[in-house]
Amino acid sequence: MTIKKLLIANRGEIAVRIIRAARELGIATVQVYSKADKDSLAVRLADEAVDIGPPQASKSYLNQAAILAAASATGADAIHPGYGFLAENANFAEAVEAAGLIFVGPTAQSIRLMGDKVAAREAAAAAGVPTVPGSRGRLDSAEAAFALVETTGFPVMIKAAAGGGGRGIRIARTAEEFHHLMPQAQAEALAAFGDGGLYVEKLVEGARHIEVQVLGDGKDVIHCFDRECSLQRRRQKVWEEAPSPSLTPAVREQLCASAVALAKAVNYRGAGTIEYLYDDRSHEFYFLEMNTRIQVEHPVTEMVTGIDLMIEMIRIAGGEPLRIRQDQVRVKGHAIEVRINAEDPAKGFLPNPGTVSALSIPGGEGVRFDSMLYAGYTVPPFYDSLLGKLIVHDKDRPSAIARLDRALAELEVDGLATTKSLHQALARDPDVQAGRFHTAWLEPWLASHAEALAAATPSPSVKLTPTTAP
Amino acid sequence: MATQQIFSPLPGIFYRKPAPDKPDYKSDGDIITEDDTIGLIEVMKSFNEVKAGAAGKIARFLVENEEAVMAGQPIAEIDV
Repeated sequence: MTIKKLLIANRGEIAVRIIRAARELGIATVQVYSKADKDSLAVRLADEAVDIGPPQASKSYLNQAAILAAASATGADAIHPGYGFLAENANFAEAVEAAGLIFVGPTAQSIRLMGDKVAAREAAAAAGVPTVPGSRGRLDSAEAAFALVETTGFPVMIKAAAGGGGRGIRIARTAEEFHHLMPQAQAEALAAFGDGGLYVEKLVEGARHIEVQVLGDGKDVIHCFDRECSLQRRRQKVWEEAPSPSLTPAVREQLCASAVALAKAVNYRGAGTIEYLYDDRSHEFYFLEMNTRIQVEHPVTEMVTGIDLMIEMIRIAGGEPLRIRQDQVRVKGHAIEVRINAEDPAKGFLPNPGTVSALSIPGGEGVRFDSMLYAGYTVPPFYDSLLGKLIVHDKDRPSAIARLDRALAELEVDGLATTKSLHQALARDPDVQAGRFHTAWLEPWLASHAEALAAATPSPSVKLTPTTAP
Repeated sequence: MATQQIFSPLPGIFYRKPAPDKPDYKSDGDIITEDDTIGLIEVMKSFNEVKAGAAGKIARFLVENEEAVMAGQPIAEIDV
């Protein structure tokens, strides 16, 4: 192993996960932290820790100069970015390499390519990966747009080329609607963005979110099969599993092969994920995006394949070739991960930072808890609400769900409201048990189960201070 | 005239404006009503409006834009 000392440029549960992997590889660890994280589990576990600034992420975990200075001061020879923060920042990857250090992840070029939606879609199409049918670029006339939708079929989404974040999207279900909406969309795009350019994409309704884990060493690429993450709230995954309960063996083979083809086409290095929309009625899948980092839900893949993705990505960063051949990757049983967030399901998922007064962690066969918690820890309000992930593994999906329900009952995080009760309700839901869901399934379910969730959640601990006092 | 403080209802990051390219919600000397928004608190990536809670005139803000605050920390003083 060429890496001797690894700096972790992240926080929370993933920092703990990285430290554990590094330690098993005999690598020393440096944890950088903001002032709000000086008592964090990662700081306690790491060999060294360096204060890189105030609580605001923009002034600490996103402060590239402070992180590089910490690496230099401690003699670290590699930086692991985790997920979020600087993990998919091509400039940071370049700066790390320019400083003579190893970036544990892909090349800046790969990050940049996959971070550009249009370029990523073109790369996917060039590698033979199906993309959502639609215009390749902007459409400047209604005639061109209509000619296109005659080939894609309805329904379609009309999107402003200059828009983003769901703004300026219209859905047309028929040709009449399309003719009616297109001029409106054009006028609105021009008014809102100063650019009337539009593009049109087929709307895949009731689609599932399926993704393929890949590992590459810059030359060769293997896949570690699929995960399904269709249970989402506000586009945030809450429950992830491997393998997907909805793929047929033939579709799984095509899907995984397409992910490998794309990763090979870009000479991918490290751990990455190709995300797809999957229509389980037509059995068609479409490229969504590629995430050029380790993902939150990587443990479900580790549980079913027995491959330690974190260790493999660090070894690859250290210059080793892939140690696993494709024919050695097998899926055994079923794994489910649920995100334990500091949010109160009884109160519209209100964020709920505070102090963990007592903690009971589930155990027994096939149970794993990756978290940043310890009893007495005060969860700071400055970062996302992910406290940890409960992961279970068993011989098949029904057994894994039963094990999840059992393990959730053992989990006690006193002092904070968490999403535990949501996952207990999901584990007992007939549709979830049958695998009958898609990416738009959870939100209506939450609306219709609000009362049951409120009743299941113990009173939250956050004490709201009155806004005014004499 | 009495002076009251407006307290942060939540721990997090305090913002004086709705977006980086927008003007401040309120300035020192502004007359406010009970339901006026005087700032935002970002807690775990969710944004929560802070209401004045009382009518009066803002004497001064006690917290800078983008400063970390604790629940119950005074944010501003108002003359009522």
